[in-house]
Amino acid sequence: MPEKSDLPAAMSGISRRRRPPLAWVGNGFLIIVAVLAAYVLVSNLAKNPIEFLQNVLDGLKLGCVYALIALGYTMVYGIVKLINFAHGDVFMVGAFTSFYAVSQFNLHQWPQMLFPAIPAGISLVVGSFTVILLSMVVCTLLAITIERVAYKPLRDAPRIAALITAIGVSFFLEFFGALQFVFSPRFIPYKSPFDTTAWYIQGGIHPIVSGQSSPDNTISFSNIFLIILVASVLVQLFLQFLVRRTKIGVAMRAASFDKPTARLMGINVDRVISFTFAIGAAFAGLGGVLYAIAYASIWTQLGILPGLKAFVAAVLGGIGSLPGAFVGALIMGQAESLTMSYISTPMRDAVAFTILIIVLLVKPTGIFGEPAGEKA
Amino acid sequence: MLQVDNLNVYYGAIHALQGISFNVNEGEIVTLIGANGAGKSTTLRTLSGLLRSRTGSITFKGVDISSMPAEKIVEAGISHVPEGRKIFAPLSVRENLMMGAYSRNDPAEIQETLERAYRSFPRLKERAGQYGGTLSGGEQQMLATARGLMSKPTLMLLDEPSMGLSPILVEEIFRIIVEINKQGTSILLVEQNAQMALSVAHRAYVLETGRIVLSGVAKEIADNPQVKTAYLGV
Ligand SMILES: Nc1ncnc2c1ncn2[C@@H]1O[C@H](COP(=O)(O)OP(=O)(O)OP(=O)(O)O)[C@@H](O)[C@H]1O
Ligand SMILES: [Mg+2]
Repeated sequence: MPEKSDLPAAMSGISRRRRPPLAWVGNGFLIIVAVLAAYVLVSNLAKNPIEFLQNVLDGLKLGCVYALIALGYTMVYGIVKLINFAHGDVFMVGAFTSFYAVSQFNLHQWPQMLFPAIPAGISLVVGSFTVILLSMVVCTLLAITIERVAYKPLRDAPRIAALITAIGVSFFLEFFGALQFVFSPRFIPYKSPFDTTAWYIQGGIHPIVSGQSSPDNTISFSNIFLIILVASVLVQLFLQFLVRRTKIGVAMRAASFDKPTARLMGINVDRVISFTFAIGAAFAGLGGVLYAIAYASIWTQLGILPGLKAFVAAVLGGIGSLPGAFVGALIMGQAESLTMSYISTPMRDAVAFTILIIVLLVKPTGIFGEPAGEKA
Repeated sequence: MLQVDNLNVYYGAIHALQGISFNVNEGEIVTLIGANGAGKSTTLRTLSGLLRSRTGSITFKGVDISSMPAEKIVEAGISHVPEGRKIFAPLSVRENLMMGAYSRNDPAEIQETLERAYRSFPRLKERAGQYGGTLSGGEQQMLATARGLMSKPTLMLLDEPSMGLSPILVEEIFRIIVEINKQGTSILLVEQNAQMALSVAHRAYVLETGRIVLSGVAKEIADNPQVKTAYLGV
C-alpha cells in the first residue's frame, strides 16, 4: 500500500525515487497485454457484432451477480477492515435455502395453496418473492452469527488473526455443508421457483420455445437476466440512499472513519457493524438465489469462485467504495465473458486473478479508492 | 452533578490515573490543567466511557456511570469533544452535526438544535455541504464544538479546544465556551493554555503525572506561585 500522500512533493520527486528501477519492464508488459486484448476485442467486434453484443450481455449478467456479492465485501471492509472470505459461502447458503424452500416446502406456491382463488401469476410472483426474502433473512442471521462468534472477539486482535478466521469460517461452511445430512457433497439440479423463459430479437422480440435454441445471429435474453439486472441496479441505488440519507447509513460511514469518536456521538458501533454484515449478507443471499436460478445447478462450493471474483471486483473498484464495487463487478463480468468467448473457456477464472494482480501492482487503491491511510 | 472518586486507570502496565477525585457542580466551568502526559485526556476518555477505570467511581446526577458504555453516557447527558477535534473527514459538515445528535430521536427537535448551531456558528451554515476534512483548523474546532452541543448535553467535556488556533480564534472559542455555560451547560475544560482556562473557569484542578496536586477557586490557583512558574510562565 502506498503511504499517505497529501503533499505535492509526494507526487513529484519522492514517489519517483521510490519506484523500482525496472518498473518500465512491468509497464511495457502491461501495455503489450492491453494492446493484445484490445486487438482481440476489436477484431471480434468487427467480425460478428451481434455475437459480441450477446457476449457483453452474458457478461453483464455475471457482473450484476458479482456486484450483489461485492458490495458486502466492500462494506464490511470499509467498517472493520476485514476481508470477509466467508461471504461467498453465505451466498451459497442463500442458494440452498431457496432450493429447500422450493423443493421441500413449495414455499413459492404458498399464496395459491392458502387462497386458491388467487390468480396463478400473482401467486407465483408473491411466492417467489417470499422465497427470496426467506433466503435473505437466513443469510442475514447466518452472517450476524458469524460476526458475533468468530469476528467480534477478535476486533482488537491483529488484523491477520481475523483474516485467518474468516478463511476458517469459509472452509467450515463449505465442508459442513458438504456433509451428507446437510447439503450433501453432490451437484444438485436446482428447482427454480419460477420457469425461466427467454426471448430473441430479430426485427422484434420473439419468445424462444423451451428446448429449442435461438436462431443464428440473433441476440437472446431471459427473464432471469432482466431480474438480475434490475435487482442489481435497485440494490445499488438503495445502498446509495442508505449511506447518504439515513441515520444508520451515515453512522456506518462515521464508524468506518473513526470508531472511538463515533462512540462519543452515541453511536453503538457494535450494532452498526452487525448491521453492515447483515445488509451485505442479505444481498449476497439475493444474489445466491438469482445465480442458482440462472445457472440451474448448485453445490456447496458454489460460492467460492463467484465470491473470489466479487472480492477482486471490490478491490478493482477500490475496496470500501460502493460505486467502486458495482463498476468493478461489471468489469469482471465482461472480462470473464469475453475471455471465455474469445480466448479460451478455462481462462475465465485465471483472468479474474490476473486482474487482481495487475490492480495490486498498478493501482492498489482501485478505481474509486482513496489513498490508503485516509480511512485508517 | 459529576462526582469522581479515587479513579485508577491503566494502559497495560502504565498507571495513568493514580486515584484522582474531583467534582463538577451544576452550572460550573471547571478546568483541569497540567503538563503534557499528565493524564488530562485520559481522565476525559474515562468519563465518557472510552476507557474503563480499574477502581473508583464516577457518579453523574446520582447514577454510577463508570461501567456504562460510551453511547449510553451520551444519552445520560455528557458530551465529549475530543482532543484534536476528530471531525469525520468524509462526512459533510451537516452530517457531522447530525451524528452529534445520534442519541436523540425527535427529528423536529434535532432540526431546531441544528438551526441553533447554525445561528451560533454561521460559518458552519455556509459550509454545510462541504466535507468536514476540508475545513480549516479553526472551522473544525467550531464544528467539533457545535457537534458536541447537538446531543443537548448537560455536561460538556472539552479537550484542548484552543489547540493550534490563532490568538484571535482562541479568544473566540473561549467566548463561546462562556456562552455555552451561560445557557446552562456545565463544563469540564482541559487546557494547555492555563492562563485562558483559569480566566474563564470557576474552579480548577492541577494534574501532575496522574495525581491531582492542587485544587481550588480558579483565581486563587492563578495566583499560586508554583502554578505561576510551572504553567503560566510568569
Ligand atoms: N493508548 C495509550 N497507551 C499507552 N499509554 C498511553 C495511551 N494514551 C496515553 N498514554 C499515556 O498516559 C499518560 C497520560 O496521557 P494523556 O493523553 O491523558 O495526557 P494529557 O494530559 O492529555 O497530555 P497532553 O497535554 O499532551 O494531551 C501519558 O504518559 C501517555 O503516554
Ligand atoms: Mg491530552
